[in-house]
Order: sequence, then C-alpha cells, then structure tokens
Amino acid sequence: MRKYLILAALITCAAEAQNRSGLEFASEEIRRLQASDAENPGMLWVDQGAKLFAQKCASCHASMKGVATRYPAVEDGRIVTLEAKVRHKEAFAYESDELLALTAFIGNQSRGMPIQTKISERDLEKGRAAYYQRRGQMNLACAHCHEQNWGKHLGAETLSQGQPNGYPAYRLEWQKMGSLERRIRACMFGLHAELPAYGSDAMLELELFLVWRANGLPIETPAVRR
Amino acid sequence: MALARIDLPPEARRGELVEVRIVIQHPMETGFRRAPQGERVPRNAIHSLVCRYSGIEVFRATLSTGIAANPFLRFFLRATESAELDFWWLDDDEVQGTAKTHLVVSS
Repeated sequence: MRKYLILAALITCAAEAQNRSGLEFASEEIRRLQASDAENPGMLWVDQGAKLFAQKCASCHASMKGVATRYPAVEDGRIVTLEAKVRHKEAFAYESDELLALTAFIGNQSRGMPIQTKISERDLEKGRAAYYQRRGQMNLACAHCHEQNWGKHLGAETLSQGQPNGYPAYRLEWQKMGSLERRIRACMFGLHAELPAYGSDAMLELELFLVWRANGLPIETPAVRR
Repeated sequence: MALARIDLPPEARRGELVEVRIVIQHPMETGFRRAPQGERVPRNAIHSLVCRYSGIEVFRATLSTGIAANPFLRFFLRATESAELDFWWLDDDEVQGTAKTHLVVSS
C-alpha cells in the first residue's frame, strides 16, 4: 500500500513539474519587465485597484490575500470567476479599467502563491471537452498547440502551455491590461472560430478547466506577456 | 485618470547620482488605428513632460506617437537636498497630468 502511495505521489509530482508558466517562454526583456515593480506597466492597474478597493470594498472586506488562488470556483452549481465575484455589487463592464484594476489588485495580493482550485471531475467535464474540441476554420483544438506542441515555434512565437496564472496580465499586443477571457478570445480569433462572449457559459467552462489545469503554478499577476 | 508610478531609492546621500523611473498610464494613440466599426481613433499622445526638483527644471522630454502606451522613462539626477520631485505632462487633448514624490537626501 505504502509503495503505491509513494508511486502515486511521484506521478503527481511529475505531472505538476510539467506545468510551466508562460513566463518561461517569454523573452529576457519581458521577464525583466515583469520582475521589476517599478517598470511593470501592469502595476499601474494594481495601484488603481488598491484605490478603488479602499473606496468601494474595504468597508466589508479586509485582506484579499490568497483569494485569487481559489477562483474560478463552482458555487451552488454555477461557475464563478474572480471577475464575477468583483461585479457582485457594482456591474463594471468587462475589460473596463475599473474591473481590471480590481482583479489585478486582488490577484496581486496572492502573487507567488500556488493556484489551488478544488473542482470536481463532473464540473470539469464540459470545459475539458471544449479544450479538446476542434474549432474554427483552422480546425484546431486548444490541446493541439498548448498540450502537444508547447515549446515549439509557431512563426516567430514560442508556443506556451497556455497557463492562466498571470492574468489579468499586461500584454504588449494590447498595450494594456486584459483578462483571461480576453486572452481566450484572442486565441479563438486566431483559429477563425466563434468568439465566446464575456461571462458566457462556454467561456466559464473553458476558464474553469484552464485554471484547474494550472493548479500548483504560482500566481504572477500582473504578468507581462507578448 | 492621470495615474503614474514614480520609483526612487528610499534615501540618497548628498552629491549622489539618483536613478529616477516613472511609468505613466496613457494610451499614446497614434491616430492611425481604427476602432472595430472602422472609425478612426484620433491621435492622442503625451507630447511634453517636465520634471522639477525643488522647483527647478531638471529634466524635459518631448514624446510622440512612436512611443508605446504607458510610457516608461528613466533618468539620473544629482541629489542636492531633500525636496519635492514634481512631474508635469501634457497630451494632444490638452489634458495635463501631474505626479510628485519626495526625495530624501542625507548629508
């Protein structure tokens, strides 16, 4: 019995060791930019989020340390993202500076802490199916790039594992902060596939699976990505 | 919203060279981009930036649309006294931004 337990633990370790943050696939310059709080432009949103949090949230909530490691979660049968949680009182528009600032601030409180979502196999089902589903004119599934071919090149880009641990992140392509949902839509756009709407079921299911898949990776918010 | 982050060493000795870093939140619109519906996004970039150290201008920059959004600037100045470091900038929409911080100088 003990032998099997050790074996199981070893296999889990091996599976987790394979998780690599997008940071590892980024260039030296981008890594430097992310590492320095004085230069990382994402910190502007974190600052703004700290101000908003003090104004709007601090009367009920104290520290948000560790909160971002648990989202998205399934609550009462529904998938709840950190964005949805923030919007419970005031419905900031998706991708508005206010929402990004608050989620960046809350994410930043958990920087360095490993993602620890506990999601049942049943709740993951739909997201997993979506992850392996071919889509768009390119007829590719998420897994084709981010599971089978990460580390290889697609044009000038190195394919990452598509790990969500840095979001909301500052993307140079966007020239601003953006959420994981926006990043997923960017992938879908590249596949010439239908873009799932912000906060839609299809989006939430995929998001849930992606974050579950990243369990154990440290949160990097605000990450800098190409 | 004018938002900026200024980074200074916590303390400097008199006569020391101090590294000043600032990131300013600004879209730096080039005027060449189009919005999803096809309408042109008007040019809006920070074009002038001035830094004053205890009221005296020590740094001035002319920026333009070739600079990425949320511009980052870095320069050095010689610490002479504990004083306010005042930034001021102006963009194409004639919107001014300001940010300030205190430089602590020990003798």
